[in-house]
Amino acid sequence: MNTVMDGSQPISIEQDVVLARQTVRRLAIECGLRLVDQTKLITAASELARNTVIYGGGGHMDWEFVEEGTRRGLRLVFRDEGPGIADMKLAMTDGWTSGGGLGLGLTGAKRLVDEFSLESTPGVGTRVTICKWN
Amino acid sequence: MTVLTQRTIDVIRKNEGGLLVNWTANLDATGVSRDARVSPAEIEGQTREFIRLLASNARAGDVSIAGNDWSEARAFLERLSRSRALQGLDSQSTASFIFSLKRPLFDILQEEYASDPAELAAQVWAISELLDALGLHTIRTFQKSREEVIARQQEELLELSTPVVKLWDGVLALPMIGTLDSQRTQVVMESLLQRIVETGAEIAIIDITGVPTVDTLVAQHLLKTVTAIRLMGADAIISGVRPQIAQTIVHLGIDLQGIVTKANLAGALALALQRTGFTVHRDR
Amino acid sequence: MDRIPILRMGEFLLVTIQVDMHDQLALTLQDDLAENINQHGSKGVLIDISALDIVDSFIGRMIGTISGLSKVMDAETVLVGMQPAVAITLVELGLTLPGVSTALNVERGMRLLRERVHAQ
Repeated sequence: MNTVMDGSQPISIEQDVVLARQTVRRLAIECGLRLVDQTKLITAASELARNTVIYGGGGHMDWEFVEEGTRRGLRLVFRDEGPGIADMKLAMTDGWTSGGGLGLGLTGAKRLVDEFSLESTPGVGTRVTICKWN
Repeated sequence: MTVLTQRTIDVIRKNEGGLLVNWTANLDATGVSRDARVSPAEIEGQTREFIRLLASNARAGDVSIAGNDWSEARAFLERLSRSRALQGLDSQSTASFIFSLKRPLFDILQEEYASDPAELAAQVWAISELLDALGLHTIRTFQKSREEVIARQQEELLELSTPVVKLWDGVLALPMIGTLDSQRTQVVMESLLQRIVETGAEIAIIDITGVPTVDTLVAQHLLKTVTAIRLMGADAIISGVRPQIAQTIVHLGIDLQGIVTKANLAGALALALQRTGFTVHRDR
Repeated sequence: MDRIPILRMGEFLLVTIQVDMHDQLALTLQDDLAENINQHGSKGVLIDISALDIVDSFIGRMIGTISGLSKVMDAETVLVGMQPAVAITLVELGLTLPGVSTALNVERGMRLLRERVHAQ
């Protein structure tokens, strides 16, 4: 049997956030993450997918299984071609929001995963990569 | 095709006593029998039993040990491996136990087939294959036993580090002992939350009297757990906070509002009883 | 399904969230609850989230808002049944829902609501 190791799905409208959560839940279970880690990863994905819709004007979630020695992990990339983030430092401050949210999306997501990286160019787009290891 | 002949089997049966003496000598020479964890009487019993089984289970023909003929010998070796794994011996000494019988066996074959070098080679080969198969079976069983031991120890360790106890109806306590690292704290706290759901406890007491010191990360975990317990709809009390830990917590600048602490477990239990509506009084 | 049903039990409202809510559904629930409290003069709201396996900042904020709204409208809110993994995640996320009352299950939540309402 061939296991699919990576994939991608669009995140354009609000309902896609729910679909992204469902995909991540399925993958996290397949990856063998513990229940608490599954929950953390799905929650982080939910925050980032919502950002992609609200601030990025829609984009994609790419996923792949990664391996390192005996560890197995799930890596997710949220990318959009929206306006980008002008001040990255400000964006990574708890409680700061350019929209109507709580300002916990980016910083909260970072605390929930093992690896987090944010790349953004104003006018070009934003790309957030997260990873959780089992 | 390597085949064991009836003549070989007969010579083994005839020489059981001699084999035993030479094997024991060989074991002594290689140091296998000198391990303090296995008594000489035990070794003697094992060698005697194995030679008996070898002589009685061997059949002329194919040297496979998979069949019914060898079931008794296999069971014996499995018991042997298991007991040695439990005694903490390594797989090498367990396998050497079997392999060191090769030499005494070759010696008697050499004597028996002195006039027939071709048959000697064939029978030495057959016996060698037979002992290899038996030795490998020992190693396989040994490995499996070791893995079982490790798995059980891991389980015990986790249970030891998560002693969530029921103190009263609706009151759970988690007496934490020893140095806490972030990983252990996380596992322990998760199991406490799980037990709260399972038992429907209203109050959880986290007693850290037995914890000499905590680092910043662990202190944070502790306080996060208290918050998580509140979100689930139960209350947490921290008891037995040592001065040093109190310093760490205060230096963290964490808002202690809503976090209930008591000097010791007794004080925490008294508060828990009061909150759950129990009163304790002394009759005499 | 585009609405979460709200059950009226005497002077209390009971909401059991069993689906993975998209944001609009959560906002609709928030409005519906405010409308119901107003219409029936309800004294308390019980939100059961035992079937939810995640609560993100949006749902967390909705819960906080419902609690605040009902307080202003003279009703108590109790949140019940949060799963351990969800609670750990919410705390890590930075959402501690201060001011929201909680209970382990519906039965305890109801008892707490009654106590709160009748203590007034």
